[in-house]
Amino acid sequence: MSLVSLDEVHKYYGENHVLKGVDLRVNAGEVVSIIGRSGSGKSTLLRCLNGLEEYQQGAVIVDNQSVENDDYKLRLLSRSVGMVFQNFNLFPHMTVGENVMLATKLVLKKSVTESRQLAEELLAKVGLADKFDAYPGNLSGGQQQRVAIARSLAMSPKVLLCDEITSALDPELVGEVLKVLEQLKEEGMTLILVTHEMNFARDVGDRVVFMNQGKVWETGPSDEVFANPQTDELKSFLAAVR
Amino acid sequence: MVQFTDWDILKNLLLAARWTILLSLLAFAGGGLFGLILTLLRSMRNTFITRVIQCYVEVFQGVPLLMQLFLTFFGLSLLGIEVDAWTAAILSLTLFSSAFFHDIWRGCIEALPKGQWEACRTLGFTYMQTMRYIIVPQAMRMSIAPTVGFSVQIVKGTALASVIGFVELTKAGTMINNAVFEPFKVFALVALLYFVICFPLSVLARYLESKNHVTR
Ligand SMILES: Nc1ncnc2c1ncn2[C@@H]1O[C@H](COP(=O)(O)OP(=O)(O)OP(=O)(O)O)[C@@H](O)[C@H]1O
Ligand SMILES: [Mg+2]
Repeated sequence: MSLVSLDEVHKYYGENHVLKGVDLRVNAGEVVSIIGRSGSGKSTLLRCLNGLEEYQQGAVIVDNQSVENDDYKLRLLSRSVGMVFQNFNLFPHMTVGENVMLATKLVLKKSVTESRQLAEELLAKVGLADKFDAYPGNLSGGQQQRVAIARSLAMSPKVLLCDEITSALDPELVGEVLKVLEQLKEEGMTLILVTHEMNFARDVGDRVVFMNQGKVWETGPSDEVFANPQTDELKSFLAAVR
Repeated sequence: MVQFTDWDILKNLLLAARWTILLSLLAFAGGGLFGLILTLLRSMRNTFITRVIQCYVEVFQGVPLLMQLFLTFFGLSLLGIEVDAWTAAILSLTLFSSAFFHDIWRGCIEALPKGQWEACRTLGFTYMQTMRYIIVPQAMRMSIAPTVGFSVQIVKGTALASVIGFVELTKAGTMINNAVFEPFKVFALVALLYFVICFPLSVLARYLESKNHVTR
């Protein structure tokens, strides 16, 4: 049984038919990168996986839970699915440590000591052990994004969704964030990444999903898809981004 | 005829200014409390509640405060409820300021990036947890300066309570002038006293605003 499965998922924004029957399966431990033109529905697809967006038709199942528009179920789902955003969305009025600790305290009901210890471990893991008491506003973009990753990991999710998490960063800061993702992959974390970093998709992703016109247009093992794209659309997309 | 020295004039105005200050404080507290309740109700995003509150705000922001005072004072007595000037003044100023406070605070909540709500949802916070730990603390910081700023409007608004016979600073000024016939002197003093009350508030609001900019 796949960790994540989408079956014939359709999503409309009013009249705008954004996802037109998306089928996708992701197994535990897999790293899947989603690529495609702007507006092809990549973010929407990701947001349907954790209930940030409702879909109108089809089925989304993550970690044996059906993703439905129900506050209680979505809160349960949040323990299985983590998300990292393009612009971090850290809580600016809290320190880095508090950002990472809050969910374990409030949602998992862990003690302060336990939450703190976990937060320290996670911050050390993303290379920010010394920033526990700093405020997000005083960190670089790359550091903020690593805090955001640590914050998601605190809920020990089964799958981590990343929506262009390096796009808001200065080029020299991209590497430190990608390094954390690589490290997570080595530890066996399931990752679904919407990305414009084709090299990273090819080198780290096990599988690539090319979205076009609201559909999974082409998919396959990363090296094959990049070396030998089948459809004209993917060929022209790859030619354009290279 | 009684003789008023300048000191008598000032002393009487100062005594009346106490009522201006007290009325302002009560309106601030009442309006703040009621505005807070409206803001929390509104944030539940129930369409019906939102509509009702929107109408409420439109009415109290769209009708001059003077008319609101008249309507409360004379309208309630028409309904058989006798209200004294005190009650009418407090009631109208409370309703008036609650509409503005609500609008200020709602604006601050809506000014927070959508991403803050989304991050909370992906972390599994309940609505109440999201409000309590993430939204309210940030919105509160933003709202301090405009809230203090609006309190200046409340102070000035209390002057209108003079028309329903409430003896505060403005009314006292009118009464004293009727006795001494020195309108410029009397009303200059009245103006000065309002300024003395309001100026520190304006300065405070500006200070808080600049401080907010630095920390963000
Ligand atoms: N909240 C929304 N309301 C209405 N339409 C939306 C909304 N979000 C996205 N859309 C529309 O849905 C379509 C797909 O958007 P989506 O953000 O999923 O694309 P994307 O592939 O992530 O693009 P990008 O690479 O620019 O991030 C677009 O046509 C977009 O205009
Ligand atoms: Mg997108």
